[in-house]
Parts: sequence; structure tokens; C-alpha cells
Amino acid sequence: MSASLETIHLPHLPSSLEVHAALYKDVQNAASLRQQLLSANSNFEYAFIDASMVISRAHALSAVFRAVNDYLNERLKSRNIHSEIVFSFSPTNNIADSFRKFGISDTTCNLLVVKVSVTPDITHDSVAAHLAQNVQGTLLPFDDEALAGISDVAKIKRAYKLGSLPSACSKQANGAPDEGKRQLELSVLGAIALRGAT
Amino acid sequence: MPTAHPPPFSTILSSTPQPSPTDLTPIYQGAEAHLYRTTFLSSTTPAALKIRPSKPYRHPILDRRLTRARILQEARCLQKLVKEGVSVPALLGVDWEPNADNGSSWLVMEWVEGGPVRVQLERWERYLKGVERERGLAMGEGIEKSEEEKVRGLMRRIGGAVGGLHRAGVIHGDLTTSNLMLRPKSAEAAVDEEGEGSPSMEGDIVMIDFGLAMQSAQDEDRAVDLYVLERAFGSSHPRTERFFEEVLVGYKESYKGSVSALKRLEDVRMRGRKRSMIG
Repeated sequence: MSASLETIHLPHLPSSLEVHAALYKDVQNAASLRQQLLSANSNFEYAFIDASMVISRAHALSAVFRAVNDYLNERLKSRNIHSEIVFSFSPTNNIADSFRKFGISDTTCNLLVVKVSVTPDITHDSVAAHLAQNVQGTLLPFDDEALAGISDVAKIKRAYKLGSLPSACSKQANGAPDEGKRQLELSVLGAIALRGAT
Repeated sequence: MPTAHPPPFSTILSSTPQPSPTDLTPIYQGAEAHLYRTTFLSSTTPAALKIRPSKPYRHPILDRRLTRARILQEARCLQKLVKEGVSVPALLGVDWEPNADNGSSWLVMEWVEGGPVRVQLERWERYLKGVERERGLAMGEGIEKSEEEKVRGLMRRIGGAVGGLHRAGVIHGDLTTSNLMLRPKSAEAAVDEEGEGSPSMEGDIVMIDFGLAMQSAQDEDRAVDLYVLERAFGSSHPRTERFFEEVLVGYKESYKGSVSALKRLEDVRMRGRKRSMIG
């Protein structure tokens, strides 16, 4: 199966704001990608997410939705829409902490990259070409099955303080999502939606 | 910052309907909110969208505060219940800041398959009436043992669901048979028989509409919640009233503090929903 950069249109968001997402494993150059973020190189304005912190496609898309909605309402808490996507994964208001937990680190090997077409010159082809040149890793399909093999359920539970949920971990070989995992996923979606509610 | 794009969901209330790539099917319109069926995150994931429009007769500042507080209250209750594993639609998204243009707030929940308990019970009552007329029996005489067991089983599951809610520390505030959904266990079971036969009562009870919900663990609040449900059964489904005790049985078995709430229910029955203001 050949995986590639996927371009997604999220329901309820303006169709011009396309979301481009790619999932990688065995990423070799996480440290240099992170360095580009730290130096605020505008060519590398991406949401680089540690894919082991992503439980499902819906999890990632709900963080993207929240960030884009906040962007449209001019409520960004961080520098740009892409840093906001990483921040949106967080259940708390601590931005630096959210980058540490959900963002790329020097040792990240499974990486989810998201880019939103905030200007017309960001297209599927331009993003695909730039990523192909700059990310050294193997593309995976951005779906629940691939994420199930990557995600670290125990770490995700800790990050969202959902340790008391009935244990989900038993990853079933047939890929059927068991009840516990479904409940974890739904709890995570709610936590993302409610972040910052005072 | 681009402002040319319409914010999500804002097209709903603008007077000129724009062709939208996203379906919004109106489901229900109440005094406080509008409910739509739509999709969320992917075009194949059905979801329920609840919009609280602004109320033009209220002072704008008060209006924003009330809308915000109420949508948040509902979202928080749902999220708490999902975490506790109570069967309610999960919270998928929410924007509590009233929209700058039209002052409305929205909330997106998981879509619940199936239909309200109310519809199934009404169908069952119609069926019963037919049987009684056919055989020339008096009201309530046509219930066969198997039929009675079916309804008792449903009532017991309703009690269990409400008990789970109360155990989690949430009060629904508006428990009626319209706010209880019967979700079929499988897709095949969902085939809806519109006929005259006795309707199926299989499935999970899912509580919906937490617009009046609050967080409380007091016996008084729990008892009033049960009392409201009891009255709802009595007035909407007179033929099921004699089985209501089964709701209380299911409730009693569902959590530890249930006995004291049930005891309190007896006081509430004596005086009604509102506490006396005397003394």
C-alpha cells in the first residue's frame, strides 16, 4: 500500500482551509526539524506532532478543528495556527508544556505532520514536495490502524489525566476497537473541546 | 488575520441561506436551542449539533453571559459523564464564546442511533389498546406475561441508567421519556417496525439533553430528578405507570447511595417538586 500526504476537508470549516496531513515512522531527522521550529524558519511552519501521543485520526482532527476554529475567531493563544494545533492537543493551558508533551522532540521517530492552507500558495503539491525533501522517514497511511500500532496508550492517559478509566490497553489483533479504547478516545475529544473553560 | 471566511456554523442563522458543503438537517427546535443532525471531523461521522441562539429581548451583556454559562454547564456535565462511563452522547466539540456576529454558541455531540423511549412506549400502548379492543377486555387486562416482562425489563434498565448518572454526581433536571433514547445493540436490530405488533424494547438506554443538568450529589436533587421522571411516566404513558416501581428497583441496585435518595423521594412525593417556603 502506498501512503502519501493526505488532504482533508473538515466539515463546517471554510473549504479554502484545506488540511494536509502525513504520518511518518522511522523519522531520522527529528532533531533538525525541531531546530527549524525553534529558529522560527517560516519555511518550516508545520504542526509537528509526536504520533505516539495520538490515539486516532479523530483525535488529531479534533485538535486541528479546535485550532482552526480559534484561528477563525481570532483567539489564537500561540504564535500561529500550526503551533496552535500542537497546543490544541493539550487539556491544559500551559503552552510550553503542551509542546513538550505533544510536539516533536529530538528523539521522536513517529511523526504526524499537519499543515493548513492559510494562504493560497499552500497546496497539496507544494506541501508534499517540501515534506518529501525535508522529512527523512517512511510514510504511513494516516488512519486508525496505523496509529494503533504507534500510540502509547499509557502515556496518553497520563497526559490527559485519565488514569482512572477502565484499562483499555489490550490491543486486539483483529483491529476491532474495544470499549475501553473507545471511551478513552471520547474522553480525550471532550478534554480537547473543553480546554480553557473557566 | 483573515476575516473573510464565515465562522463555523454561522451560516445557519444568516437570513440568506448559502449553499453549504455540509449538511445540516434540523431535528428539533426548543425554546432555548436548535438541534441539527450533521457530521463532524469526517463526512461519515454523524453528529448532533446544538446551537443556542442569542435572545434578542435580553440585554446583550446578560445574553452573552447566560448563553456562555449554559452551554458550558451542559458541556461539562457531558464530559464528566463520558469519563465515568455513563451512557450519554460524548462531547465532540464546543464553542462557548458567543459568536461575534450573531451571539450564538454551539456544542457538538456524538449521534445516538435509535429513537426515544417515548415513541416505543406510545407504540406499545397503542398495540395494547388494540388487543384489548379486539378481545373486549378492560384497560390493563390485555397484558400478557411476556409483554409485562418486556416493559419491566426496559424500566429496570432506565432505573440503572439514571442511577449511573446520579452516582457520577450529575442531576439531569428534565428526565422525561423523550430524553431517554433506546439505542439498538446492532444495526440489524435497528430495522424499525412501524406495524401494529408489539414493539421491541431491546437496546441500551442513552440519556440525552443535558441543557438543564447540574452537578450535585444531594439526595434532595436526586429525589426530585426521580420524581420528575415518575410524573412524566404517569402523564405520558398511563398504562406503564404501574411498572414504574421497576425503575426504582433498577435505580436501587445501581449505586451505593441510592437508598437514601429513594427515601427522600417519598418526602418529595408528599409535597411535590418544590420545597415549601414556609418555616
